[in-house]
Amino acid sequence: MDFEDSPEEAAFRKEVRAWLDANAKKRDGRRQIDPEDMENGAANEMAASKAWQKVKAKAGYARITWPKGMGGIGGTPMQSIIFGQEESKYDVANGGPFAIGLGMCIPTLMAYGDEEAKKRYVWPAVQGDEIWCQLFSEPAGGSDVANLRTKAEKNPDGTWTINGSKIWTTGAQFSDYGIILTRTDPNVPKHKGLTMFYIDMKDPGVDIRPIKQASGGSGFNEIFFTDIKVKDSQRLGAVGQGWTVALTTLMHERLAVGGGTGGGLDVAQLMALARTLELEDGPAIKNAAVREKLADWYVRSAGLRYTTMRTMTALSQGKQPGPEASIAKIVVASKLQDLSAFAMDLEGEAGILQGNEAPMQGAFQGGWLSSPGLRIAGGTDEILRNIIAERVLGLPQDIRVDKDVPFNKIPTGR
Amino acid sequence: MNFDFSDDQKMLKDQARKFLSEKCTTKTVRTVFEGDQHYDANLWKQIAEMGWHGTAIPEEFGGLGLGYLELCVIAEEMGRALAPVPFSSTVYLFAEALLIAGSDEQKKKYLPKVAEGLLIGTFARAEGPGAVLPKNIKTTLKGGKLSGKKIAVVDGPIADFAVVLAQTNEGAGERGLQLCVVDLKGAGVTRTTNTTLDASRGHSDITFDNAAAEPLGKAGEGWSDMQRVLDRAAILMAFEQVGGADVCLAMAKDYALNRYAFGRPIASFQAIKHKLADMYVNNELARSNAYYGAWALSTGARELPLAAASARVSATQAFDYASKENIQTHGGIGFTWQMDCHFYYKRAKETGLVLGPQRAWKDRIVSELETSNA
Repeated sequence: MDFEDSPEEAAFRKEVRAWLDANAKKRDGRRQIDPEDMENGAANEMAASKAWQKVKAKAGYARITWPKGMGGIGGTPMQSIIFGQEESKYDVANGGPFAIGLGMCIPTLMAYGDEEAKKRYVWPAVQGDEIWCQLFSEPAGGSDVANLRTKAEKNPDGTWTINGSKIWTTGAQFSDYGIILTRTDPNVPKHKGLTMFYIDMKDPGVDIRPIKQASGGSGFNEIFFTDIKVKDSQRLGAVGQGWTVALTTLMHERLAVGGGTGGGLDVAQLMALARTLELEDGPAIKNAAVREKLADWYVRSAGLRYTTMRTMTALSQGKQPGPEASIAKIVVASKLQDLSAFAMDLEGEAGILQGNEAPMQGAFQGGWLSSPGLRIAGGTDEILRNIIAERVLGLPQDIRVDKDVPFNKIPTGR
Repeated sequence: MNFDFSDDQKMLKDQARKFLSEKCTTKTVRTVFEGDQHYDANLWKQIAEMGWHGTAIPEEFGGLGLGYLELCVIAEEMGRALAPVPFSSTVYLFAEALLIAGSDEQKKKYLPKVAEGLLIGTFARAEGPGAVLPKNIKTTLKGGKLSGKKIAVVDGPIADFAVVLAQTNEGAGERGLQLCVVDLKGAGVTRTTNTTLDASRGHSDITFDNAAAEPLGKAGEGWSDMQRVLDRAAILMAFEQVGGADVCLAMAKDYALNRYAFGRPIASFQAIKHKLADMYVNNELARSNAYYGAWALSTGARELPLAAASARVSATQAFDYASKENIQTHGGIGFTWQMDCHFYYKRAKETGLVLGPQRAWKDRIVSELETSNA
């Protein structure tokens, strides 16, 4: 048991460091990027992200596990992690805008698209010239994604027309293309009437409107599609096979190691706050209730950190990560909410303030405001528990009353 | 990055599981629980023959000298099996105290006997309810004679020797504390067997009245020596707790899959699925924390105290949760004496208190964080 690189990993790390030294500057302190600004498309940051992505693509570090000539070097997942660890020490732009496209959309296109599409779209996405988004969730289909209503209807000339709306689409406002799951047959049960396409997000029939979140920011969008015309060659997979295609996309999502981090707000910040505050019985850091909470959250954070190391060990040994990789978001999101609320309680009346007026520049208020979203985005706490129960523990699915009912006969609520 | 046990260690674990699944069924546990013996002497003997007692004891002191990672995998299996033997008190506490504070002569005197399974040892510190604090240690050690009373000493009824925390200089507090070794069969030692929650692990009060005792380690270092012993024991005990917690999850899952209510397996209800998912999450976090403890223990890392306290708290919480929700998943039948669920519920509490309560270990986590951040 050790935390050292294997000889091959050490050699790769050395190679990566040398390349980074030649192509980037070492970070001096933390790079200041506001994620919400990022989502809003801050032009400078986007330009920097695209430029850095191009440099990486040329060297085969944009998509390390992909083949040579496609932005990769045919590397291992562990090499990908090593590159990420080293890259984070340098003052380079965030690769976030490409994560969904390269992590989910392009792999789906590579699996189901025709040769022409692959030739046309893969490389521009890899080197960051074109950004992709994923259009699955709808107002009527959140956790129950297959309940979606966006229609694709076939025209006599073989093309398709798409009408409907999607929601919670990360990065739609700066995306060039998207993969979209549509309903092509409402007369069969919901999973059977779906078909996947890719579309041009710059089409005049695409109307992107930011959603103002409860936290005040606008990281997501609602998108309306009015009579979008797509060619049959933009179809990914057979008509009616959209659910199978979507599962491929989502499988790629799950292979991504890590999960939400809760914005780095954790026990260290709560300790820093507790050192500065005075409570009824003396310094907050000496208060037994505070210390108990600090310890509770510390063991969960530490447990996750070492769970990630177990996952990396599996990858390093060429194995698939075990089910332990699936627990991160459940732990992080609730912890962020509870820890932030506890910190605000310690702050007393000052806890009601926000931003720079609040203690520690409102870090805990920020965490508290964003945590409800984190508990929902990318699979709610409840869906993630179902996934653990069903895929890890092998428990049966819940009874699905809509399973064999034609989609247009499924009861709808409000 | 190799944050996992080696193939050899995993093989040892498989052997231990196979051995214990044959030799230590829950029937074995029940026999001790319901009988008047405080442990299964036959199982104890067979485990000694396997050489497990001496896993981490160096060869020069009669052990196998394999190491702590090997002892961790055995501990997990002992925990899974709820083995009703004085393994943790003899191996994690008594032997570790000798290794940490003992002179070469003392190690040579006691450790080979531990390794051979000829000596049952334990560790005595608490003298009453509430926190164990230096100022509350009233047992005195003077001129090789020990006087005072210790309570709820694990395996007290059957132990041959105990390491005891004693005061050498009344009123000196921590500066006067020292560990010592006492022959519990000697003159001046009286034991009163306790009635305890977990009857598969015997406990007793022990009164010393001018009992012969040999000092272990230096006077004034008793408290820190004890803390080092507890840290090491906490990591090993965390593996026992993780093993027990995993069994609770497996029992709950098995029952939920086979119990039908409202026309379907209760495992298909989200109320049950989410409960089991939470058990899984807690167990995995506890396992990862225990692994880090194992690494710290095997390498003697500077992070050992923090790793130990984290492993301890995480494993105690996981075993507590899994054992109580296992009963809940079983419903009424889970609350009967005839089912095994209550053995785990009680063992979870016993293991969670025997090295000191969560509250104290949580405080230790924060103290460690405070010094590491300073």
